[in-house]
Amino acid sequence: MESEDQPAFKTRGLAKTYGEGASAVHALRGVELEIPKGELVVLLGPSGSGKSTLLNILGGIDRATAGEALFHGDDLVRMDDRRLTRYRRKHVGFVFQFYNLMPSLTARENVELVAEIADKPMDAMEALERVGLKNRADHFPSELSGGEQQRVAIARAIAKQPSVLFCDEPTGALDIKTGIGVLRALQELNSTLGATTLIITHAAATGAIADRVLNLADGQLRNVEINAVKKKPEELDW
Amino acid sequence: MNELFGGMATLNKKLWRDLLRVKGQVLAIVLVIGAGIALLVMSRGMVASLDTTMRVYYARYQFADIFAPAKRAPNRLLADLRAIDGVSAAQGRIVGGGLVDLPEEAAPISAQFVSIDPDAPRRINNVAIARGVPPSSTRGGEALVLEPFAAAHGLGPGDEIAVTMHGARRVFRISGTANAPEFIYIIPPGDFAPDPARFAVLWVTREEMEAAYDLDGAFNEAVLTLSHGVDEKPVIAALDRILAPYGATGAYARADQISNKYLTEEMKQFAVMDSVMAPLFLIVSAFLLNVVMTRLVQTERTQIGLLKSFGYSNATIGLHYLMFALTIALIGTGVGWIGGLQLGRMITKVYQLYFHFPFLIFVPDFRTLNWALLSSGLTAGFGGTLAVIAAARLAPAIAMRPPAPPNYRRGASSGRGLFRIDQPTRMFMRRIVRQPVRAALTVIGIGAAMGLAVMMRFNLNAIDYMLNASFNVIDRSDILVTFAEPLSDATMYQFRNIEGVLYVEAVRSTPARFSHAGSERLAGITGIPDAPVLNRPLDSQLRQIESHGDGVLLARQYAEILNIGVGDMLTVEVREGRRPTLELPVAGFVEAMIGTPIYMKKTALDRALKEPGRISGVLLKIDPNESERIYARLKNMPMVAGVSLRREAYRNFRKLLDEGPGTFRAIMTLVSIIIAIGVVYNNARIAFIERERDLATLRILGFTKIETGYVLLGELAALTIIALPVGSLIGYLLWTYVAAAMSTDLYMIPTVVKAAGFGYAAIVVIAAGIMAGGFVQRDINRFDLVPVLKSRE
Ligand SMILES: Nc1ncnc2c1ncn2[C@@H]1O[C@H](COP(=O)(O)OP(=O)(O)OP(=O)(O)O)[C@@H](O)[C@H]1O
Ligand SMILES: [Mg+2]
Repeated sequence: MESEDQPAFKTRGLAKTYGEGASAVHALRGVELEIPKGELVVLLGPSGSGKSTLLNILGGIDRATAGEALFHGDDLVRMDDRRLTRYRRKHVGFVFQFYNLMPSLTARENVELVAEIADKPMDAMEALERVGLKNRADHFPSELSGGEQQRVAIARAIAKQPSVLFCDEPTGALDIKTGIGVLRALQELNSTLGATTLIITHAAATGAIADRVLNLADGQLRNVEINAVKKKPEELDW
Repeated sequence: MNELFGGMATLNKKLWRDLLRVKGQVLAIVLVIGAGIALLVMSRGMVASLDTTMRVYYARYQFADIFAPAKRAPNRLLADLRAIDGVSAAQGRIVGGGLVDLPEEAAPISAQFVSIDPDAPRRINNVAIARGVPPSSTRGGEALVLEPFAAAHGLGPGDEIAVTMHGARRVFRISGTANAPEFIYIIPPGDFAPDPARFAVLWVTREEMEAAYDLDGAFNEAVLTLSHGVDEKPVIAALDRILAPYGATGAYARADQISNKYLTEEMKQFAVMDSVMAPLFLIVSAFLLNVVMTRLVQTERTQIGLLKSFGYSNATIGLHYLMFALTIALIGTGVGWIGGLQLGRMITKVYQLYFHFPFLIFVPDFRTLNWALLSSGLTAGFGGTLAVIAAARLAPAIAMRPPAPPNYRRGASSGRGLFRIDQPTRMFMRRIVRQPVRAALTVIGIGAAMGLAVMMRFNLNAIDYMLNASFNVIDRSDILVTFAEPLSDATMYQFRNIEGVLYVEAVRSTPARFSHAGSERLAGITGIPDAPVLNRPLDSQLRQIESHGDGVLLARQYAEILNIGVGDMLTVEVREGRRPTLELPVAGFVEAMIGTPIYMKKTALDRALKEPGRISGVLLKIDPNESERIYARLKNMPMVAGVSLRREAYRNFRKLLDEGPGTFRAIMTLVSIIIAIGVVYNNARIAFIERERDLATLRILGFTKIETGYVLLGELAALTIIALPVGSLIGYLLWTYVAAAMSTDLYMIPTVVKAAGFGYAAIVVIAAGIMAGGFVQRDINRFDLVPVLKSRE
């Protein structure tokens, strides 16, 4: 089944509708896309265009109402709850806008939390080192700044050596400078670990750091840009 | 006032919505408060109903204030009795023991005959006719029979009944049946358990009684009523003085009348129960309310801030939250009131097996309603106040900010020690360690539920122990035969000769007044053989007391009643025969759980009484296969005045206990499960709500439902496990208190503690925990993951 040239994700007619009848909200209306393995992808679009919905479906935490979403050839839409959980556990790393760290665990323990249930985890300290937080390993989230917390969240996401990494507005709660740091970490990890990375952002300029930029509008994929050359986050002009 | 209530209408809408939103927890609290109130309503209602019924019954049928038995007192003495200060009326009657011989019953049945003067006005100790009419003074040969006995054997007016009275056989025609205030609790003489089927009371005319007992123009028991508020003591002393020459065994007050005593003790036991239970429940409820309210105020900080910035006053907001607590308390009280009425009716039915009133209706004690409202209101007050103060105190600006995240900081217990623990375990362990007060409250709550279960179990064990010790260890006889008067010990041979009788043990007992250091007690002293085989004096370890010389052995309870110790001299005024007054040393104390016996060696007693070789009854050990034949022989032995079948009584008692207290225990066990579930579930729900976001995050990170549940349920399990020893301790303390408070000289509740009792309670609590955990796991299974990511808190 799995072959080298198979894309990481491929969707066909992917749709998500909330509610029924006249009051139905069509969050996604037939999304067709392909994301090759290992690419860094940025997802752009106005508020309410369906970015989070798409990412959540691909990440296996939400379910489409119609269409297909193939991950390495397996349809996520048709997976039951158990298989979705296994999918998330084996393959997916998440970075959320609000970090979602466990307040009762230190940075290192937050990373270990995920490493413990992974197949071939990276050492927690190594993961923290990659995001430049090795020296804060024994601090609790309440003792870290927002950017630091987000980097712990990234360390947590990569510690399991995921094949895909999803980031929903990872810089949304951060100032520009801190945001750049987070993006740099993500870009670097994408190139060194080879995990297919999908980042949602509101800043159109961010698209320049990606291999591929998906523009979403009104629940549909409007256009796809492919960058021959990726910029570094610090080279972006805001 | 407008200041306070302005905006209340809007807030009231919010109130209902809040209640619905946390309906699971509201339900749990309502059930716990309800259970507490229901018990209160039931037990107070029961006491009030018994008390009212008893008073009305006693008053209407002129239940005597004082009973003064004698051997034979001439009727003219009644004038002297009426002249005693404080006596409002005095009547003489004739009472006597005997047997009833029912064709379908193998064994003879103990009977008491009481004279009745059907034509006399205002009889003391009157009867309440149930069926038929009183015996006719003209026709003769008629008897009025105690209704519960008649009912138990299908007897009614017109039937005939064969009896042995004073050694002579007779047949009476039943003219009617009746209940009487002196036979509400129907216990055969020499027995320990009520059994209306094995105790007959027959009221026959005075003429017939005089003839049967050779008491022409005389009485053998004076019954007296006193003027309101008169002290009984001097009257009793006067009666004893006047009646002494006529063989008085000692006058006693209504409080010592056997039926009345059981009835009042029962009411006392109810009161003990509710003094323990009700506060326990209300404390647990207060705790639950506090937990829920605190959480509510926390989640509504922003709303509270908003309301305040709109100009709602602190008082209005405080009142709103107080209303929330009060509404729950009010619903709980309502549920409890209704539940209590149902329980009350249920338990009333059970009580009619024990207490035979002509009527007994469960009427709730309406004073309890005030009490219930007050206590549940206070509960709500205590439970809600802290949260309410917190809500009122919140400054609008602070309220608008999200609450500070739980402040975990590196500290002593960061848990990175010798052995590795996984992160989910670390998560809940830290939560327990960092929020010790909440953890402690939960542990106490669960412990209270467990304590209740422990206490119930011990109560059951104690009854088993009491019955087993009394009938298999202390007294191993099958039958107690009593004689109308002391007989020569040669009589024993007549019993030995009955085929199937394995062992015969002499019993010599005599009524006496015991006193020491100003305390006194009317009781019987029993002479036992030098080497007793059937009825044996045992120490607290249930070992036979071998040598006690010529001293007396007292039931352990007397140490307190008479304020006496081993070696002290006990004054014994014998109320029989030559009526000597003896000074006897106390040789030791015996373990007695049913009744309060006083023993001494029969040889020593004989010497003291200067009446050697007399016995007042025999204890028999029989071959059970021969019982029918032995019973038949007993029916035909003229000296037999009473037959008490210990084995059968033991079985009956067991059955009765299973029906009566069994029902009560079933109720209590249910209630302790409700508390346990209520506490565990509430705690789990709160933990769930507080950590919904963390738990959902775990699910997103790829943790399975079970693994996620573990983070939450592991905490509950840990707290439950910590609660087990706490609950055991609470249960043990409750039990020792209750056992002591409920012990009387009728029953001594032994404080036996069996490890199995703790085990049983632990199972109840763990089962409740599993159920509560199941509810919470269900919530986790239903998680919608997406919304969690959209919010910051
Ligand atoms: N639970 C829901 N019920 C109804 N409609 C919903 C629900 N969740 C999302 N929507 C709708 O679906 C559409 C897509 O939402 P989505 O969260 O994917 O947008 P988005 O592109 O991520 O927006 P933003 O940039 O603001 O985060 C929106 O119109 C939203 O209102
Ligand atoms: Mg979004």
